[in-house]
Amino acid sequence: MARLLIDKDLCTGCESCVPVCPFGALSMKEGIAVVDEKCTFCGACVDVCPVNAITMEKEEKAVTIDTSAFKDVWVFIEHEFGKVSGVSFELLGEGRKLANALGCKLCGMLFADPELAEGFAKEAIAYGAERVYLVESPLFKIYRTDPYAKAAVDLIRKYKPEIVLFGATTQGRDFAGTVATTLEVGLTADCTGLDIDPETKYLRQTRPAFGGNIMATILDYPNYRPQMATVRPKVFPMPERDDSRKGEIIREPLQMTEEQVRTKVLEFIRGTETVNLADAEIIVSGGRGVGGPEGFKPIRELAEVLGAAVGASRAAVDSGWISYEHQVGQTGRTVRPKIYIACGISGSIQHQAGMKTSEIIVAINKDPEAPIFKIATYGIVGDLFTVVPMLTEEFKKRLGR
Amino acid sequence: MKIVVCVKQVPDTTDVKIDPKTNTLIREGVASICNPFDEYAIEEALRIKEKLGGEVHVITMGPPQAIEVLRNALAVGADKVYLISDKAFAGSDTLATAYALSKTIEYIGGADLVICGKQAIDGDTAQVGPGIATRLGIPQLTYVSKIREIDLEKKKIIVERLLEYGREVVEAPLPALITVVKDINEPRLPSLIGIKKAAKAQIPTLTAKDINADENRIGLKGSPTWVVKVFTPEARGGGGEILKGELNEVVPLLVTKLMETKFIK
Ligand SMILES: Cc1cc2nc3c(=O)[nH]c(=O)nc-3n(C[C@H](O)[C@H](O)[C@H](O)COP(=O)(O)OP(=O)(O)OC[C@H]3O[C@@H](n4cnc5c(N)ncnc54)[C@H](O)[C@@H]3O)c2cc1C
Ligand SMILES: Nc1ncnc2c1ncn2[C@@H]1O[C@H](COP(=O)(O)O)[C@@H](O)[C@H]1O
Repeated sequence: MARLLIDKDLCTGCESCVPVCPFGALSMKEGIAVVDEKCTFCGACVDVCPVNAITMEKEEKAVTIDTSAFKDVWVFIEHEFGKVSGVSFELLGEGRKLANALGCKLCGMLFADPELAEGFAKEAIAYGAERVYLVESPLFKIYRTDPYAKAAVDLIRKYKPEIVLFGATTQGRDFAGTVATTLEVGLTADCTGLDIDPETKYLRQTRPAFGGNIMATILDYPNYRPQMATVRPKVFPMPERDDSRKGEIIREPLQMTEEQVRTKVLEFIRGTETVNLADAEIIVSGGRGVGGPEGFKPIRELAEVLGAAVGASRAAVDSGWISYEHQVGQTGRTVRPKIYIACGISGSIQHQAGMKTSEIIVAINKDPEAPIFKIATYGIVGDLFTVVPMLTEEFKKRLGR
Repeated sequence: MKIVVCVKQVPDTTDVKIDPKTNTLIREGVASICNPFDEYAIEEALRIKEKLGGEVHVITMGPPQAIEVLRNALAVGADKVYLISDKAFAGSDTLATAYALSKTIEYIGGADLVICGKQAIDGDTAQVGPGIATRLGIPQLTYVSKIREIDLEKKKIIVERLLEYGREVVEAPLPALITVVKDINEPRLPSLIGIKKAAKAQIPTLTAKDINADENRIGLKGSPTWVVKVFTPEARGGGGEILKGELNEVVPLLVTKLMETKFIK
């Protein structure tokens, strides 16, 4: 077991460590820091102690593996409704940097129906994959956990990549956990930053925690490979597409039959909205300030002119004015559009957790003291029922719609 | 029908504030709550039980004070609760946590249905549910927003999953594990009698030995990932421009500024 050691003689009782502990495990007793059982050995206090009184004792790991057998950076090529998801291309762009830093190959991992597979593989190559590991089977027509997890586990066991990246979408987050558990390796969820430690060559995975209030950088112990992460869509830029790029395709069969797939998809009910929150470049959101279900009318009108999706705060969802699919925030969706227009939303910490990383935030609120203005790029203090229709009209005029 | 619900105690992030001077998290006085998604998990279990009969067991792994979330579960009507607590679990990441929880479920005799929250709001990983399902060798249905049907005779469950582009209706054989989103129900409040009963209840604590956990698979030893740094994100370069003046001036000004970004097509 690991232990956090506090040197009583070195500790000056400065209390710097107490507030940095994300788990509240440190307190002062008779002028000296003490740690309790809430400690998770995250090491936050170790870094902050000005006199190096805190150290962490780590035990040797039980398993040892030959890490040199693992090489190359893999990106899971996700697709839905006959289209490769944008996040896969973004990850190929970021994966390129990681592969360059490691001096290895960038590869795609693709599972698809034979009718579509070749085209998807070529797209992955155009976005930078030097090699695509492809498993073709009609079982991949609609996403299901079992065949996806099976194909990934078999490929990873056989070809031993050093790093595997998945989009942090409902698909990626559904089966990456199964893959990691089956392989008994680490998986870092929902990363927003990736880089290679120049010395150790380990993958540094940075992600928000506590609703975005803190960031954590996570490594995998060297005796667990591959290093795997799911990565948030829209964090990394889209790389250049170059259809003249060449790459090889390595085909492997799927060792699974339809009878072995435990779940059955009976139906898919498409969302009613034309623009989807996850993909939206622009989102217009309404909060308690819209006052009722009909209050979303001006919000929708503005969204329509801009080709935007409609979002909402929890207060609006809980009041029953709009469905949960629209909720942005800690208990709703995390979005990262280019422009986020918050109308009648106060900007609570939980709402911010879902939209704070939007490129431009516009706030429209009656109350000049509303916290949303603190994070807004542009704000207008005023009644949304006046401001929003004016915006709609003005955009209509400029866009000629 | 035996349902096992996994719940986690988390810090109430409503209270989490950043110290503007040191740029660190102020933890003092931050209350601990039941992970909000897990309240929906408990509620759904209770509703299934009310319809089909059976028992609801609630388990949590955490430090001794995590017992509070179990008392709340008892107060709303859970039949049995277990605290899994042992110093040997400290430092567990999602792989190790899912392992310990799956061993616990096996120890208490398995389940026809396991319910987890979509994710825990402290770590937001959403990995523990799929991890448990994989360890138990049962199918998983994540992001469930509605249970359409449970057929005990045919041993199957049909649910709706809330995905990016809509809702997917999926069928799976039982036993299975589901993770639930907020949309699924409206959790009830405990009754006064429930609270009184829960306050007096003896709650069993299970150690790593009790659940036959392999010591190499739990705690820091069984955790492949390792947090090396925790820091406060850079403050958003906001606190931007409040456009002041008459609305018939500021609205066109805002539109101009937004049009200049080229994001509007
Ligand atoms: C565990 C937990 C998880 C949560 N998760 C989420 C989440 O995922 N997403 C989320 O959004 N919230 C979440 N919340 C709730 C959050 O704390 C807030 O309660 C919520 O975001 C408030 O919504 P609001 O800003 O719409 O409402 P309010 O805070 O009531 O703000 C309404 C704003 O509208 C303004 N206003 C009113 N009328 C007008 C008008 N005519 N014109 C212009 N402005 C007007 C007011 O000045 C006010 O600022 C969560 C809470 C908890 C405890
Ligand atoms: N320590 C724990 N004890 C019990 N259940 C947990 C624990 N950690 C996670 N869970 C369950 O797993 C879900 C997902 O958690 P996470 O993967 O941490 O986001 C939670 O909503 C809980 O249902």
